[in-house]
Amino acid sequence: MNNTTRSILLAGVGGQGIIRASDILSLVMIEAGYDVKKSEVHGMAQRGGCVTSHVRYGKKVYSPMAKKGDVDILVSFEKLETLRYLDYLKPEGKIIINDEEIYPPSVNLGEVEYPDNINELIASHFSNPKVIRASEMALKAGNHKTSNSAILGALSLYLDIQTNFWESVLRNAFSEKILEANLRAFNFGRNA
Amino acid sequence: MTGEEDRIKNVKELMSGNEAIARGAYEYGVTFASAYPGTPSTEITEVFSRYNGGYAEWSPNEKVALEVGIGAALAGAKAMVVMKHVGVNVAADPLFTVSYTGTNGGLVIITADDPSLHSSQNEQDNRNYARFAKIPMLEPADSQEAKNYIKSAFEISERFDTPVFLRATTRVSHSKSVVALEDPIQREDTTSIRHNRDKYVMVPAKARIRRVEVEKRMEKLGEFVDTFSENRIEINDPDVGIITAGMCYNYTKDVFPQYSYLKLGMVYPIPVNLIREFASRVKKIYVVEELDPFLEEQIKAMGIEVTGKKIFPYTGEFDPGIVETAITGSSQNTFNFPVSIPPRPPNLCPGCPHRGLFYVLGKLGVFVTGDIGCYTLAFMKPLEGLDSCICMGASIGMAHGMSRALKDKGKGKIVGVIGDSTFIHSGITSLLNTVYNQSNAVIVIADNSTTAMTGMQDHPATGITLQGKKTKELDFVSLASALGIENVRVTDPFDLKETELVMKEELGRDGPSLVISKGLCALLQSKQHEKITPLRINPDKCTGCKLCLRLGCPAISWERLEDIDVTIQKKTKKQKGIAVIDSSLCNGCSLCDQLCNFEAIEEAQGNE
Repeated sequence: MNNTTRSILLAGVGGQGIIRASDILSLVMIEAGYDVKKSEVHGMAQRGGCVTSHVRYGKKVYSPMAKKGDVDILVSFEKLETLRYLDYLKPEGKIIINDEEIYPPSVNLGEVEYPDNINELIASHFSNPKVIRASEMALKAGNHKTSNSAILGALSLYLDIQTNFWESVLRNAFSEKILEANLRAFNFGRNA
Repeated sequence: MTGEEDRIKNVKELMSGNEAIARGAYEYGVTFASAYPGTPSTEITEVFSRYNGGYAEWSPNEKVALEVGIGAALAGAKAMVVMKHVGVNVAADPLFTVSYTGTNGGLVIITADDPSLHSSQNEQDNRNYARFAKIPMLEPADSQEAKNYIKSAFEISERFDTPVFLRATTRVSHSKSVVALEDPIQREDTTSIRHNRDKYVMVPAKARIRRVEVEKRMEKLGEFVDTFSENRIEINDPDVGIITAGMCYNYTKDVFPQYSYLKLGMVYPIPVNLIREFASRVKKIYVVEELDPFLEEQIKAMGIEVTGKKIFPYTGEFDPGIVETAITGSSQNTFNFPVSIPPRPPNLCPGCPHRGLFYVLGKLGVFVTGDIGCYTLAFMKPLEGLDSCICMGASIGMAHGMSRALKDKGKGKIVGVIGDSTFIHSGITSLLNTVYNQSNAVIVIADNSTTAMTGMQDHPATGITLQGKKTKELDFVSLASALGIENVRVTDPFDLKETELVMKEELGRDGPSLVISKGLCALLQSKQHEKITPLRINPDKCTGCKLCLRLGCPAISWERLEDIDVTIQKKTKKQKGIAVIDSSLCNGCSLCDQLCNFEAIEEAQGNE
């Protein structure tokens, strides 16, 4: 293991299960033998505001927050939020976008427009952003609240982590009632 | 050692700083905790209360919490008192004098500061309280240190007979890192009644004597801190030395692993000899600290040349990029996308009881002195129903002061709004004042039956304790009547007409009035009610008048006619679009239905 600390930034809207997803991701990295630190802000952010979670892993991690321009993978749970945190990404960084639009209040009020063609705009600046439809996968998996597992599945393809680490953490993370749906959603995301 | 203990020694867990503080307190045999919820400190007390064997309570406010903790410590307990940074302002009165009396048992006060004001009304640097009140302060940098330092804090408290501060910041409290668990030590009952009036009765004659003891204690702590193992020197490149503490250590190590470090675990008092030693071993010294130049000024006063706030910001929390930019002078790599990004501020939930109340207040055009809670968000568009927010409890005193100063000009135009938990925290005395000094302001308790903003904590009016036990429930109506308020009304904020009528009646009256706007927090509704019937908007009836959008409900949005797949008959020539309810978000509170003049809002059917 070299000394480089790698950073993943998860971004989206309060209520999308971002904190839960970043907890799972962190536990997977610990299983895989890494030191891990993660950081997010609770409180006001829960009320439908932006939520971000930094997950950093390596041999020895100091800061739980990445600096701007230093994130390896941006995992966006909502299209607009992708734009908001692009400045954290390395020029050669990877992007996973959940193809979902959640309107902020000013858009709901009809005061401003939700930006058009976000995915295309991003694709014109960054190579090969991966766009997935996590909500559809969640519904197909049998539980609309499993989108975050689908997104983790998509993320897992970008990480050199054995699948058994993912599986053992996922198995511990969910109650029996919702476990199978989450595993299905994870696999839909992984095979997307 | 049993096999069980052997195993736990090897257990590592991913923990937030707050969880680690709670764990450390449990492992060290702390048996007593008192607190008032406040971001970013809340989880410490919640998590601690779940460990076996200890007592933990939500006190009505931080001053009471500290007094409760002082009582427990004087009885010989190890007591932990937990609050956010501004909570220490509330607790400052007992704080400054418990520094004189000392603690007998252990007393540790946790202050969770909030640089960048993620969830606060200011970003005061509570290290200043340590110097001001002459109380030692420890500051961990991550969760493992948080767990270790809470133990050190108690050891220092017990050894030096002093209250001790543990300072966390949002980034320490709410970031997670790996923590090695240990077994809890064997708890002993150290409590007993010990009379010691010379030490605990702070009348002037006795307090003068204790005042001298405080200086003696500071001298002893000054010697101790030079040997304290959590103040450590790491010599690498001797050209540059960094003096830092807390999370700033991690930010700096992240970008400058090659430099030499003096990492302080105790930030007050500072280790004078250790700092001199470090200064003699490195050439150029930077002091990296968020907010005030607290360490910098003390080190400069020692005659040592350091660079601090000359290059680092006074405001906001740092991150590795900010530290790197300040020291190297180069600007950060920021990618600016050529699109304007609509902001996404936090919002009141769909089905929130505050929405109806503040819709009415905004419509009435009164000046609303507000308070601290979810409802503070009602200042934003489109509700614009709240005009001030200063601190916990300020709404009532301010409404009274404003009404008194304005005299007739303010009649019927001043309303103070305060949440139920905030009212209990620090609104009761100011409500009494509106009676004593006869105010014309109308005070509203926005009673959602929980401490919502910090995550649903109970309080005296919910009748449930932190440990989930039933207790005597505070009744606001009887309380108001006991205080001497003659006009007390209870309204339903989910009924717009009734709320408006009651507000108008009370604003028209002379003398103080109290309106209790009682509606359950939306997050509790979904837990307590089995069935919620969401609503939808019938596109064939919606005329696009946008009245329902004025509620600012996250479930209601605007769609332009040209963006809609199906063809919709225009109801008026000018119609540009329709309102749409996202039935998956809707809580069925019916406010929009009450506003709609076209009966366009109906119950959503099965598969919506």
